[in-house]
Amino acid sequence: MKKLVIVLLLLSVLLGACSGGNEPAETPAAEGLPADAAAVAAERGLTPNDVYAALKTYMPSGQTDPYIMFASGGQSGQMLVIGVPSMRILKMIAVFTPESWQGYGYGGSGDAVLAGGFMPDGTEIKWGDTHHPGLSETAGEYDGQFVFINDKANARLAVIDLRDFETKQIVKNPTAINDHGGTFVTPNTEYVVEGPQYAAPINWEYAPLDQYQEAYRGVITFWAFDRLAGRIDQAKSFQIELPPYWQDLCDAGKAVSEGWVFCNSFNTEMATGGIESGNPPFEAGTTKNDTDYLHIIDWKKAEEVVKAGGAQEVSGIAMISLQTAIDESILYFTPEPKSPHGSDVTPGGEFIVVGGKLDPHVTIYSFEKIKAAIDAGGLETDVFGVPVIPLDKSMEAQVELGLGPLHTVYDDKGYAYTSLFLDSAVARWTLGGPYADKHPEEAWTLVQKLPVQYNIGHIAAAEGDTASPDGGYVVALNKWSIDRFAKVGPLMPQNFQLVDVSQTGDQMKLLYDMPIGMAEPHYTQIIKADKLNPFEVYPEIGWNPETMSVDPNAITSEEQARIERNGNNVEIWMTVVRSHYNPEHVEINKGDHVIWHLTSLERTPDATHGFAIPGYNINLSLEPGETQTVEFDANQAGTFAFYCTEFCSALHLEMLGYFLVKP
Amino acid sequence: MKFDPDPDVKVLLPDGSQKSLLTYQLPSAILVLAALLLVVSMFQPYWSITMTAPQYPKGLTVEVYVNHLEGDMGEIDGLNHYLGMPPLDEGGRFERQISIPALAMLGLLLIAATFIHSKWAAILALPALLWPVIFLADLWLILYTYGHSIDPESALGGAIDPFTPPILGTGKIAQFGTVAELQAGFYLALAAVAVILVGLWFHRVAYKPLQDARKRIKTQEQSAAS
Repeated sequence: MKKLVIVLLLLSVLLGACSGGNEPAETPAAEGLPADAAAVAAERGLTPNDVYAALKTYMPSGQTDPYIMFASGGQSGQMLVIGVPSMRILKMIAVFTPESWQGYGYGGSGDAVLAGGFMPDGTEIKWGDTHHPGLSETAGEYDGQFVFINDKANARLAVIDLRDFETKQIVKNPTAINDHGGTFVTPNTEYVVEGPQYAAPINWEYAPLDQYQEAYRGVITFWAFDRLAGRIDQAKSFQIELPPYWQDLCDAGKAVSEGWVFCNSFNTEMATGGIESGNPPFEAGTTKNDTDYLHIIDWKKAEEVVKAGGAQEVSGIAMISLQTAIDESILYFTPEPKSPHGSDVTPGGEFIVVGGKLDPHVTIYSFEKIKAAIDAGGLETDVFGVPVIPLDKSMEAQVELGLGPLHTVYDDKGYAYTSLFLDSAVARWTLGGPYADKHPEEAWTLVQKLPVQYNIGHIAAAEGDTASPDGGYVVALNKWSIDRFAKVGPLMPQNFQLVDVSQTGDQMKLLYDMPIGMAEPHYTQIIKADKLNPFEVYPEIGWNPETMSVDPNAITSEEQARIERNGNNVEIWMTVVRSHYNPEHVEINKGDHVIWHLTSLERTPDATHGFAIPGYNINLSLEPGETQTVEFDANQAGTFAFYCTEFCSALHLEMLGYFLVKP
Repeated sequence: MKFDPDPDVKVLLPDGSQKSLLTYQLPSAILVLAALLLVVSMFQPYWSITMTAPQYPKGLTVEVYVNHLEGDMGEIDGLNHYLGMPPLDEGGRFERQISIPALAMLGLLLIAATFIHSKWAAILALPALLWPVIFLADLWLILYTYGHSIDPESALGGAIDPFTPPILGTGKIAQFGTVAELQAGFYLALAAVAVILVGLWFHRVAYKPLQDARKRIKTQEQSAAS
């Protein structure tokens, strides 16, 4: 309240200053406002809107953000954690790519997790193309326990535990080589949905492209999530075979539409490209038809079919064939215009909104109508025999927003926000049905288009994917920044723009530009910060973050530190505490097999230590209480000073030891 | 609550004078109360020291109970190892071991004092009366020993002079400001002292006349015999 008063006073003063020409604002001091603040605004030429934006986003030292945004890290393969509205990066969580600060994939705990995502033949995958983070939900609300993210490039999925913000599991899709429409959770996180993208034969086996229709398929995966174990359980997961239509983005139904999943698609043309042979390129071939198909999937029915033995095991996972999906009334289509993108279910589950990249409308489908059409039966089918609900039997409304509508998010005032890629704008428009009374405008109408810079892809809203969105803030994920930031060479940062949507009508305001200079994030989800309750330090000395329990090789005091030799095996139990390792001398023979257990005895927040052995590609991050094990063959003889890589104390530089390998 | 169960019951003194029963119940009750206060104090911290530094915004605190320590001993030990100071746990080990039986003994002595109807009762109460002073003196000794046991081989051991951490009030050790304070347990022990003094006063009020009366009778008998 006090802040609001200051904002209003500052605004009125600035407005007064503007209307009175360029006279220095003398009055603030007289009214008890800091004259120096007004002087700064005048000197920098800040408008009242700029000052408003600054005051909305400035976070004084020691204060924390009310929202936390989990952003995909794009081609980095990681995930970003960002405070909203200050738009400060809090952390980059290592997920699919080795990351040395967190000691992830450098001999320590990340190795096993990363290995879980290797190819079935053991081929190491060194990166990921993270796309869509999905926070775990309970009753359609974010519960702050887990966040999932997919790797489009290799069709993989990762589980991050929000007790320590670390990746616990990576699973490789056993039958698909790439994905896109993931991760989306069902309302109680029964399943984490991984939708497909570019069709390929099952198990990405070889098949020539002229067998596209017969051999190529899409596969949607429902990964069963064991919340207690904090792991995906492949044995309880299942897949559904889909036509090779390039399914794109999915969203789980909730409330009235709980039990269903909706995915758009964009190659019902079944174009196979081949520009070099005079065929239409994919970009033309896939956009020929006026409509593609929204996929409507009854996952509860699918689950029953799997339990009843209606699925076959393919590469270690249960798969419902396309024919079974048709026969068991699991799969339906309805047309969606044109080159559709996005599939976003309204908070109450009543409507599904799909944008048409090459159509100026968003199309709003009514789940009630879809259900009625399914129940009425008598539907025509596509070439694969999937029943197709005519558009006039499924559509509730269409709203013309502008060019390139992609994704839609929601607030608490009955507004929807759609990203317009070609217009480079955020469109605010009104929902109808049960939302019509929440806003002053007429239902299904465009209210405001706010230009954003530039080429917006996804859009996110505070708690925007839940059953009860918060409103307040929307973030535009712009693909191009062009002239928004200082020049840093031809590869330019992405631009996350924070938009204030706290007021109704055409009062959306741009608040902040945040450069993302490490990859191209795709989607984010924004959760209330107070739903997260992570560890400050690990609960007990000797904690193994992979098992989330005390490690059998943990030691709890320096007295237990020791080195044991058994033939060519050398096993070391080492303590780590400010500012020394114990033992400090490790002398072995070349060719010995080394098993090195390290336990941090620290209990103080932020007293993290590193452990690096030069020449051996080993670097760990040992957070307070953590135990990790490194195992390697000492193939290089010589003298190696191992040392602490995280500045821990005044005697941090003195925190080292000698690893002596006798030739 | 009516403390005197029956005001008609009177105590007849040897010289024929009468006193209320309450006169004799009161000092016993008060001394038992003091014993209870000592028992309760065992479950409360007697003393605490809080250290604050820029990188410890919540501070580091150790609360000293008669038989154990609570708080951030691990972190303080970790920091103290740079100075070559022994772990906190090594100070006053013997005292912590015997504190519970010793305090129980003080309480039992107070209860025993209720059965001694002479000025010797005060002797039995004396250990409990001295207990707070004993505690502070021992604490000072522990702190002194602690600050004078610096290992010269430690990182900073050679660079600092032996010192005694302040037993009360504020101090400064490197970047740490310290605040040492007495806590509830100690105040309970002090309250026990006050209660004992009051109890001994009523004890005197009750039994002094009795003693005097006995003396007078004895003197009379002696003078009569002579």
